[in-house]
Amino acid sequence: MTESDFLTSAPPASAQQGADAAPYLVVEDLTVRFPTADGVVQAVTGLNYTLKQGKTLGIVGESGSGKSVSSMAIMGLHDPKRTDMSGSIRVGGREVIGLSNNQMQTLRGGEVAMIFQDPLTSLHPFYSIGDQIAEAYRAHNKVSKAQAKAKAVDMLDRVGIPQARNRVDDYPHQFSGGMRQRAMIAMSLSNDPKLLIADEPTTALDVTVQAQILDLLQELQRDFDSAIIIITHDLGVVAEMADEVLVMYAGRGVEHGPTRELLTHPEMPYTWGLLSSVPDVTASTESRLLPIPGNPPSLLNPPTGCPYHPRCAHRDKVPGDLCRTELPELIPGRRGPAHLKRCHLANPDMIYETEVLPEIAPDLVELVTEESLEDTSDPRHPGSPENADQIDTPQRRAPDPDGEVK
Amino acid sequence: MSSMTHSGAQPQVATAPNTDRGGEPVLEVTNLRKYFPVKSSGVVRRTIGQVQAVDGISFQVPKGGSLGLVGESGCGKSTTGRLITRLWDPTSGSMKFEGREIGNLSNRQMLPLRKEIQMIFQDPYSSLNPRHTVGSIVGTPLRVHQVVPDRQRLDRVKELLEVVGLNPEHYNRYPNEFSGGQRQRIGIARALALQPKLLVADEPVSALDVSIQAQVVNLLQDLQREFDIAFLFIAHDLAVVRHFCPDVAVMYLGKIVEITDRETLYLRPHHPYTQALLSAVPDVKQAAIGGRRERIRLEGDVPSPVNPPSGCRFRTRCWMAQDICAKQEPPLLQIGPRHKVACHFAGEHGAMPTSPITLDALGVDQNGDHVSGETKSAEDLNAPGFADTWTDLESHKKSSERLVGDHIADRPQ
Repeated sequence: MTESDFLTSAPPASAQQGADAAPYLVVEDLTVRFPTADGVVQAVTGLNYTLKQGKTLGIVGESGSGKSVSSMAIMGLHDPKRTDMSGSIRVGGREVIGLSNNQMQTLRGGEVAMIFQDPLTSLHPFYSIGDQIAEAYRAHNKVSKAQAKAKAVDMLDRVGIPQARNRVDDYPHQFSGGMRQRAMIAMSLSNDPKLLIADEPTTALDVTVQAQILDLLQELQRDFDSAIIIITHDLGVVAEMADEVLVMYAGRGVEHGPTRELLTHPEMPYTWGLLSSVPDVTASTESRLLPIPGNPPSLLNPPTGCPYHPRCAHRDKVPGDLCRTELPELIPGRRGPAHLKRCHLANPDMIYETEVLPEIAPDLVELVTEESLEDTSDPRHPGSPENADQIDTPQRRAPDPDGEVK
Repeated sequence: MSSMTHSGAQPQVATAPNTDRGGEPVLEVTNLRKYFPVKSSGVVRRTIGQVQAVDGISFQVPKGGSLGLVGESGCGKSTTGRLITRLWDPTSGSMKFEGREIGNLSNRQMLPLRKEIQMIFQDPYSSLNPRHTVGSIVGTPLRVHQVVPDRQRLDRVKELLEVVGLNPEHYNRYPNEFSGGQRQRIGIARALALQPKLLVADEPVSALDVSIQAQVVNLLQDLQREFDIAFLFIAHDLAVVRHFCPDVAVMYLGKIVEITDRETLYLRPHHPYTQALLSAVPDVKQAAIGGRRERIRLEGDVPSPVNPPSGCRFRTRCWMAQDICAKQEPPLLQIGPRHKVACHFAGEHGAMPTSPITLDALGVDQNGDHVSGETKSAEDLNAPGFADTWTDLESHKKSSERLVGDHIADRPQ
C-alpha cells in the first residue's frame, strides 16, 4: 500500500490531520467566574473553539459578552486568586490553565501575543518605543541590548513606520494614534508569535487608519503564518478579516461558522439583531434601524434558559416555554455541520429569509434566496466537495466520529 | 413615544425631516475660523504658532433638518460644534442663528439663546455629574432658565425622562445606576429640557454598544420629527451619518472638502478624500456576498494643523496631487444643485479629469501660476447655502481647458 493509498483509505479524521495541521489553539469548555462581593460573575461559560495556524477567528459581541475575558484567559492574564477557571486551553498542544506564572511568562509575549485596544494606555509613557520593543524581545531571546535595539528598528520598519531608525527613540506621545498601534503590533510580533490576539485593534482609530492597520495585519499573517483572533464589535471588520466568526452573548458562544456562511445565513436571532441594528453605507435611508430591545443581561444573574430570550423577538415561535426554561445547545443547524447555533427555533433559515432579511436588506433577498435554493438542492450532502473547500471547520468534539469530519 | 403635554402649540404632524430641504436655515455659518494659540514654554509664554482647527468653513442647517459633519479625528468637526454652542469663541467669521448674529455676543447676551441651541456630548460617562441625581441633572436647565415654576419642575423632569424612554420614577437615582445607553438618554433629556431649535450632537452614539446605538439613533429621529428640531450631527461613523442626515459635509484639516446631499456623497463622491474615506469603511454586506470593494489606501496620517500643507491640504496624501495642488488652494465650487466640492481634479472615482477644472475660477494656469488678464471669478465661494444657479463640472472643465491650452501655446520655448 502506497502512502497515498493509505491516506485515502484511512478514516477521514486522520486524513484530515495528515493533510492539515492540527489546530494550534484549542479552547474546550472554558468557564471563567469572578467571585465578587455582589455574587459570582459568570463571565464565560462553556466556551469551545479551535484555531489553526494561518487562520483568523473573529469574536463578536457586545461589551460584557465575555469576548475579552476569554481571550485574556489564553494569555493567563487573570489573577488566579480572584478567578475561578475551569475547562481547558491548549496552545500548541500545551495546557495553559494551571500553569505557574513563570511558565506562563515564556508563553506570553513569545508564542502568544496580544494587541490591546487603546495604544496610548498600553504603552509606557516613560520609556521610548524602541526600549519597549527591545524589552519584549530580550525577555524571550538571549541577545545584547544593541541587537535588541536593531531588532526594534527592524520591526518598526516592518510595520511601516517611516524612518524607523530615527523614530525608534521617540516616546509614545510623539507618535500618532495609528503609529502607536503599529508600534504595538511591532512589539507583539517581535518574537514571531504563533498566535496573535487582537482585542479591538482598530476601535480607537479613524477609518482610513483602520484600513491601513487591517491591511497590515493581513500582510503580516501571510508572512508569519500566525493564527489571529480578532475581537471586535464591528461586523464589517470581521467580514473583511476573519475566516470564521464566533458570536458571543452573555458569556456563551451563540453562533459559530465560516464568515461568509454566517453573515449571509445567520441562524440565531441575536446575530440578526446585530446585523439589523447597524446602518451600512449602502442600505436604504428610508428604513428605520431595528434595534435590539433592552440591555445586555447582568452576568451576576443571567436569565434562565436561553440567555437571549428576554430580548428575542422570535421566542413566541418556539412551542411551549422552552426558551425561558431550557438552554439550547450549540449544535449544527440545517446548513451543515460547520455552522453551529444556540437556538430553539426549528426553521431559522426560513424566518431569516422571509421576515428578517426583507426588513434589513431588501436588496439582498433575491441574492440570498437564490443562493440557498442552490444549496438546498443538495441538502443531504453538506460536505460536498464544493462546500468542503469553503467551509473550513476546526476539529470539534462531537459524540459521533462523523461530527469531526468537515 | 409620548408627546410633551404642554407643548401643544407645536405641530404634531410627523413630517419627514429629509423632505424639508429648501426651508429657512435655522443656522447659517460663514467663513468660520478658530485658531488656538500655541505657546512657548518658559516664563514668558509667547505665541509661537497657531493650530488652525477650523479654517474658513461655511454651511447652513435647515429648520428641522439635519446636517452631518464627518471627518477623521483632528479635522475640526468637534471644534465647529463647540463654536456654534459658543462654548468657545470663534476667531473670525459669522454665525447666524435664525438670522441673528451670535458669533460676537457676550455671555450675558448669549444666555437667552442657549435655550435654543443645546448640545449632546459624546461620552455619557463624563458628561453627567456623578454626584447629582438624574432629576437634578435634567432639572438644572429648567431652573437656570426659569422655564417652569419650581413646583412643577419635578413633573416636567419626569415627563422628559418618559419622552426619552426612561422610567420617570428613576429621577432620584444617580448616573452610576444606569447603563451607557440609558445615560446617553439622560443627556438627551437634558438637552431637550429647554425645547431647543438646534441640537448639536457631537458623536452621540460612538461610545455605545452596537445594539444600543440603533436605539439612540431611532430616539433622536423620533424626537426630531416630533419637536421639529434641527440637528448638526457630528460623527466619524459614515454609516450612521448617512442614515441620519439628508445633507453631509466632509471635513479635512479644518476645511470642508465636499458638501452635498447623501445620495450624491455616498454614490458619486467627487473629492478624492471622500472617496478614500468611503472605501475604507468595512462593509458587512459587501464582504458577505463575496466581492470586496476596491480600497483606496491612504498613506500616512493627517498632517499637523499647526503647519498645514500649502495649497490643497489633502495633497500630501492624495494620489492625484500635481503642482497646482501645492500652489493654489482649491475653491469650494458648486457643481450641482446641492453639491459643492473643493478639488482641482474633482470627478467621480475612475473618471477624474486629467487637467484641473478650477483654472477658470481661479484665473491661473495648470501650474498654479497667475495668467495675466485673468481674474478670480466673482462668485461668492463662501456662501453658506447652495445657489440656484451653478456651473456644472463639464463647463468648468471646458472653460479651464482654455487656460491650459492658451498657456502652453504661448509659452516661449
